[in-house]
Amino acid sequence: MSDPVVLLPCFVAVPLAAAFVNSLLGKRIHWLSDLLGSLTPLILLGLSLLAVQAVRADSVLVYQVGGWKLPIGIAMVMDGLTSFMLVTVNMVTFAIAVYARDYMERYTSKEMFYTLFLLMLAGMNGVIVSGDLFNLFVFLEIAAVASYALVAFGTERHELEAAFKYAVMGTVGSLFILLGIVFLYSVTSTLNMADMGQMLAKQKDTNLILMVSVLFLMGFGLKAALVPFHAWLPDAHPSAPAPISAMLSGVLIKTLGIYALSRIFFNVIGLTPAVSSILMFLGTLSMVVGVLLAIGQRDLKRLLAYSSISQIGYVVLGIGLATPLGILGGLLHLFNHSVFKALLFLNSGALEYATGTRDLEAMGGLRKKMPVTSTTSFVASMSIAGMPPFGGFWSKLLIIMAAVQAGHLGYALWAVIVSVLTLALFARVIKNAFLGNLDDRWQGVREVPAFMQASMMALAFICLVSGTLLIPGIREVFLNQATEIFVKGSDYSILILGNI
Amino acid sequence: MIYLLCLVLFCVGIYGLLSKRNIIKMIVGLIIAEHAVNLFFILVAYRRNGRAPILAPDVAITQMVDPLPQALVLTAIVIGLATTALLVALAIRIYGKYGTYDIAKIRELRG
Repeated sequence: MSDPVVLLPCFVAVPLAAAFVNSLLGKRIHWLSDLLGSLTPLILLGLSLLAVQAVRADSVLVYQVGGWKLPIGIAMVMDGLTSFMLVTVNMVTFAIAVYARDYMERYTSKEMFYTLFLLMLAGMNGVIVSGDLFNLFVFLEIAAVASYALVAFGTERHELEAAFKYAVMGTVGSLFILLGIVFLYSVTSTLNMADMGQMLAKQKDTNLILMVSVLFLMGFGLKAALVPFHAWLPDAHPSAPAPISAMLSGVLIKTLGIYALSRIFFNVIGLTPAVSSILMFLGTLSMVVGVLLAIGQRDLKRLLAYSSISQIGYVVLGIGLATPLGILGGLLHLFNHSVFKALLFLNSGALEYATGTRDLEAMGGLRKKMPVTSTTSFVASMSIAGMPPFGGFWSKLLIIMAAVQAGHLGYALWAVIVSVLTLALFARVIKNAFLGNLDDRWQGVREVPAFMQASMMALAFICLVSGTLLIPGIREVFLNQATEIFVKGSDYSILILGNI
Repeated sequence: MIYLLCLVLFCVGIYGLLSKRNIIKMIVGLIIAEHAVNLFFILVAYRRNGRAPILAPDVAITQMVDPLPQALVLTAIVIGLATTALLVALAIRIYGKYGTYDIAKIRELRG
């Protein structure tokens, strides 16, 4: 490929085309939808690794859709942060798609599942590469609508109720985001994010920017399930089929919530100290409330959903600190959390697949019957609790160090306390599910099919080695480029407009 | 003044969403709020005494309303349509399972 810029539209076009072909032919040719569902994320993962390489050479790539010159046309932008997010999303999605091949056999119309799955992937990739605010909103809605339908996929009582609640709250969140975009357009008369950043830098009207900030905080906060806006998450995530729970918790709330929020606050509006302290406060609040609510749960998936809220709090705290170290820690934790939370949800799906229950009290002694599931979930639990050799330890350590460095000792203390509580929480999960005596009921339980095992093992392996991303040499390629984008802040716009 | 009416419309929609117990009425509240935002977007683009933004060789580009928001609102309406269709489909399935539209009776999950 001569010019790496042509990579950019592929991230949206490939999954969209695959979803289209799948919905046309999947019903008649059954192996096709399995193949498309797993192959598409794999191709995209390859492309995103190429993109990391291209960004290393050029630092910023801008694709102008339809050949219209910026800032009039729609832009797709590839920078360090974009390529980092693309790798994370497509890697986790690939593992989940392989897992879904066997898991989704329990449901009817599997080809519909893959169509929606690919549409959701297209939406998320679109949010990540988009350099245009309204375009970002459209892709966000594509991903969101697909996810509402996927939560309701089982069409049983709980699924429908959870999906309705999720859809209503998600739509209200989108309305706030759209309203924020309208206000920004009314002052700047442009939708290009880089151009808008420059216009806003000259703007004196701080009241309006304050109002827009509040609207975006509410809208994206709803999507990211930060604490005052989290009510939909503990219903929606457990009700969905396990691969979708893993997608929602692993990548969707991060792409639609955290990525979009931080991209707009850092690179378009410009981070003010007030917003930064609100982010830190909300992050710490989510961290504490999430873990406290998780402790009382008996339903394994509901427990994991609450723990997602708590871990998202860490990411927001790290990014809200706005120091290079904090952002680095936040991004690494984002990557780690996608991997281990997706793995934990897949484990819970494997347990449900084998035993038919999600109740922790009813399980026990499954270690001998399901060695792969128990080992991988042990790895994921240790990683989420922040035990030293695993990835989760390094990112939590960086966030806590950054908080101490920035003089926020209180927040650092809370982060440590929550980490200890998380350890206690997951020790209980391991003890109840895998250790102890085997109940007579579970004598006939067998390990899950090979594809499900393979995808869980792959994710567990990434959990083990993700700490190596911090080693100098690898860090420069992957994490530092992403951190730089945040640190540059509004200079980002000069970089993009200057690149044409 | 007319901006204020938009705000009122938005609040009516959100109020409907929050206070009604029937899920169909909640959906209607959501639609009202959605259209309040769309209307506001169109108003932002309006110029006093402006005319339709049609570009022809013999017309000077003055006094035109801003055409971009109109295109965007069209997209927003289509997105709203998709969301509404999905919500109504969910409402039908909920009625099939629970036999009621009353949200207070459909509370088996607790936030």
